[in-house]
Amino acid sequence: MDMNEIKEIFFQECEEQLAELESGLLKLNDGDRDPETVNAVFRAVHSIKGGAGAFGLDDLVAFAHVFETTLDCVRSNRLEPTQDVLKVMLKSADVLADLTNAARDGGYVDEARSRSLVKELEALANGEVPAPAAKASDPVLAPAAPAPTDDGGFQPIPFSFDSFDEGEAAEDGQTYEISFRPRRELYTKGNEAALLLRDLSRIGEMSINCDAGSLPEFDKMDPEEAYFGWTIQLTTAKSEDDIRAVFEFAEWDCDLEIKAQEASATDDELPMIPVPFDLAALDEGDAASEAAPPANAAASEVVAAAETATSVSKMAAAAARVEKKEAAAASASATAAAQNAAAAAAAGQTIRVDLDRVDRLINLVGELVINQAMLSQSVIENDTTGTSSINMGLEELQQLTREIQDSVMAIRAQPVKPVFQRMSRIVREVADMVGKSIRLVTEGENTEVDKTVIDKLAEPLTHMIRNAVDHGIETPEKREAAGKDPEGTIKLTAKHRSGRIVIELVDDGAGINRERVRQKAIDNDLIAADANLTDEEIDNLIFAPGFSTADKISDISGRGVGMDVVKRSIQALGGRISISSRPGHGSTFTMSLPLTLAVLDGMVVTVAGQTLVVPLTAIVETLQPEASSIHSFGANQRLISIRNSFCPLVDVGRILNFRSSQANPVEGVALLVESEGGGQRALMVDAIQGQRQVVIKSLEANYTHVPGIAAATILGDGRVALILDVDAVVAASRGQSLKPEMSLAATG
Amino acid sequence: MKKKVLTVDDSRTIRNMLLVTLNNAGFETVQAEDGVEGLEVLEDANPDVIVTDINMPRLDGFGFIEGVRRNEKYRAVPILVLTTESDADKKNRARQAGATGWIVKPFDPAKLIDAIERVTA
Repeated sequence: MDMNEIKEIFFQECEEQLAELESGLLKLNDGDRDPETVNAVFRAVHSIKGGAGAFGLDDLVAFAHVFETTLDCVRSNRLEPTQDVLKVMLKSADVLADLTNAARDGGYVDEARSRSLVKELEALANGEVPAPAAKASDPVLAPAAPAPTDDGGFQPIPFSFDSFDEGEAAEDGQTYEISFRPRRELYTKGNEAALLLRDLSRIGEMSINCDAGSLPEFDKMDPEEAYFGWTIQLTTAKSEDDIRAVFEFAEWDCDLEIKAQEASATDDELPMIPVPFDLAALDEGDAASEAAPPANAAASEVVAAAETATSVSKMAAAAARVEKKEAAAASASATAAAQNAAAAAAAGQTIRVDLDRVDRLINLVGELVINQAMLSQSVIENDTTGTSSINMGLEELQQLTREIQDSVMAIRAQPVKPVFQRMSRIVREVADMVGKSIRLVTEGENTEVDKTVIDKLAEPLTHMIRNAVDHGIETPEKREAAGKDPEGTIKLTAKHRSGRIVIELVDDGAGINRERVRQKAIDNDLIAADANLTDEEIDNLIFAPGFSTADKISDISGRGVGMDVVKRSIQALGGRISISSRPGHGSTFTMSLPLTLAVLDGMVVTVAGQTLVVPLTAIVETLQPEASSIHSFGANQRLISIRNSFCPLVDVGRILNFRSSQANPVEGVALLVESEGGGQRALMVDAIQGQRQVVIKSLEANYTHVPGIAAATILGDGRVALILDVDAVVAASRGQSLKPEMSLAATG
Repeated sequence: MKKKVLTVDDSRTIRNMLLVTLNNAGFETVQAEDGVEGLEVLEDANPDVIVTDINMPRLDGFGFIEGVRRNEKYRAVPILVLTTESDADKKNRARQAGATGWIVKPFDPAKLIDAIERVTA
C-alpha cells in the first residue's frame, strides 16, 4: 500500500464521516441530546482533521479545526445546540464536504461562504467560551482560543534528533550537571530511567553517577519503588531546552535539575566517582521493552539480586536478559493466536471490494442462469418422461442458481441513505436561497436497492426536491395566512413493495395550480383549448415534454430541465413516476423503481415470428380481444373497449416494422399496459409463450441502440430475444401529436 | 526479533498510515479500531509498545490506557498517545491515565518512529 492508496482510503472515510456528521447534526436538530450523538459528530470532524493533517490538506485542516473547536464547546456543555447554532453547523458540514471534494479533485469551494462560516463558528465558540485570561489561574482547563491555522496554539517540544543539530548553544560545548531522580510514577507510566539516560548519552559526552543511597534493606524493598537517582555530567553543544526535551515524557514524574557549569569548575565539585555509561550492555535488551520496573516476580528478583550494583547499565541489562527469554517464548506462541484474533475481529465487519469484481461476478452468474436454462431445455427435449435423475438434479441446480443470483444481487444492494442525506443539504441550501423554512423528513433510508439504481437516482431526485422547495412549499407568510405551520415539511420515504422500491416525495405545500398548468399546456399546444381533462390528467401534464412553466423559471429549479427530463431518467431506470396533488394540501410524487437493473421478470411473447420480452411490471392485464370490442377510429387507429372504457390498440409488430399491415386483433392477445401519465394502451402481440426471469444484456454495449427496444436477453434455447421498451412503443404510437390522445383519454 | 506494536485508532486512514509506517520501520503491527477491541486483542498481541488515539467510539483512549495499566502483565508497557488533542488538559488526562508519552498529529512517520524508539529499549 502506498500513500496514494491511503489517501484514497482517507477520502472514502471522509465521505462516511461526513454522512455521520450530517445525520448526527440532524438528530441534534430534532432534539436528540444523547452525549454519544455529540461525541460522534465531534469525532467525525476530528477524524477528518486528523487525516487531512497527515496529507497536508491545510484548508481542510483549518476549517475542520474551527468547526471542531465549536463542537467541543457543545460537547463540554459550554454551548447549547439550539436550532440557530445547528443551522450554522449544518452549513459548516456542507462546506466541510465541499472542501473535502476540493481536496480530492479540485471541486468548487465558495470561499466567501467558508470564510463567513469560520467567523460564525468562532463567534459561537467565543460567545460562550470564557477568554483564556479570565481563567489564567487555571491554565490547564482554559480552552484554547480558536486559532484557525494551528493546532490549538500548542507547540510540542521537538525531540527529533535532526532538530538537535540546530542547537543554539556554543559549538565548543557546554557542560551541564543534571540531577535526575525518578519517582515511582515514572515507572508505572511505562517510562524507563535507563532509556532516558541512553537518549541523553546520544546528545553529548557524559559521565554518570548512580545514587543508590536510599535503597533499603533487601527484605524491606518494594520492587516497584524508585530508589535510584542519578547525577550526570553532560558535555554537549545542545541547549538546555534540548536536554529537557529528552525528559519530555517524564518531567512530571521525576525531580529534574539542569545546571550549566562554569567551564573551570568541572570535576572537583563532584563528590562521586563517574562510572562510564555502558550503552552496549543496554542494547542487548532491545527485544524486551520491559527492562523497566519489574512487572512480575521473576523480574523483581533480578532487581533484588542487583541490589548492590552501582552501575545502572548492568542492572538494566540483566533485567532485560531475563525478560527477553520470557518475552521471546510468550510472543512466539502469541503471534499465531494474535493473528487468529485479528482475523476473528475482522469477521462480522465489512470488506471493500472493487465494483468491477462484483459486476464481473454478476455477469458470470447471469451467464450461469442462461446456461442452466439452456441445459434444462435440452434435457426436457430429450427426456420426455421427466423422471430421470438428471431431471431431478437439474431442478436442484435451477434452485441453486436462483439462490446464487439473489445472493449476488444482494452484494450490490445498498441503502438509499446516502442519496437521502444529500437531499437534506439541497433542501437547506435552496430553502435558504428562496427564504423559506423547510424541514426534510426522511423515512426508510435503510431500504436497499441496487447501487446502479441509487447512483442514477440522485439526479432526478435532486431536481424534484428543488422543485418542491421552490414551487411546492409556499413562503412562510403565505403559509401563515393559510393557517399552516410557517415551516414547510417535505417528506421523503423509501419502501419495498412487491419486488420494487417505491420512493415517495410528499410536500405540504400549495399543491398543483391546475388552472395555471392547464393554461400553460394550452399555450404550449400540448392540449386543445377545450380539452376536458380530469384533475389527475392535468397534474400529469407537468411531465409532458415541452411543458415548461416559463413564468416561474428561477435560479433554483428552472435550469432548463423540466419534469419531463425527470420522468425520462426514471423511465430509463425501468421505473415509473406519478403525481397526485390536493390544492392547498400539497403534492405527492411516487416513483417505483426496479430493485436491480441486471435481471427482469418478463412475459415472453411472439410477434410476427419474433420472440420478444415485455417487462412484467408494465403489464396491467392480458386479454383476448373479441371482435365486438374492437372499434375503428380515424384512418388507421383502433380502440378496444375494456369494461366500458376505450383504450387505443397498438400493434407491436407494426410499430417495430416487423410487418407492414396491422394484424387482426382477434387472432392475437392484447397486453394492457400502463403508460406513463396514467393513460393505458393495449399492445397487440400474436401469442404469449410464458413468464420468466431474464438476464438483461445491454444492446448498446453489444450492438447499437434500437428504437422501441430496451435491451436483449438470451433465452433457454440459446436464442436472443429483444426486451420491449414499452414506453417508447407507446410514445411511437402517439406519433408527434399528443392532442388526440389527451382528448381520447378524457372520453374514457 | 521484531518489536511488536499495538495500534488503536478508529480512523481507517490513520490505521493504514500506522501500518505502513511501522512495517516499513521493521515493526510487527497489530491493530484495533477502538479501546474495547484494543483490550480484547491485548493479551494475544503481547505488544512491546502501544500507540493509541484518544477520541474513539465505545471506549476512548483514556479508558483504554487505564484498562491496560490494570492488566498485571501489561501495566508497564509503554503507551504512546497519538492524537491531535494537543492541549495540556488532554495530555495531562492521558498521563494520569498512565500514558508514557505522546505524538502530536498531524501524523508524521519520523516523529512516530522516533517516539517509539525513545520508549523502547
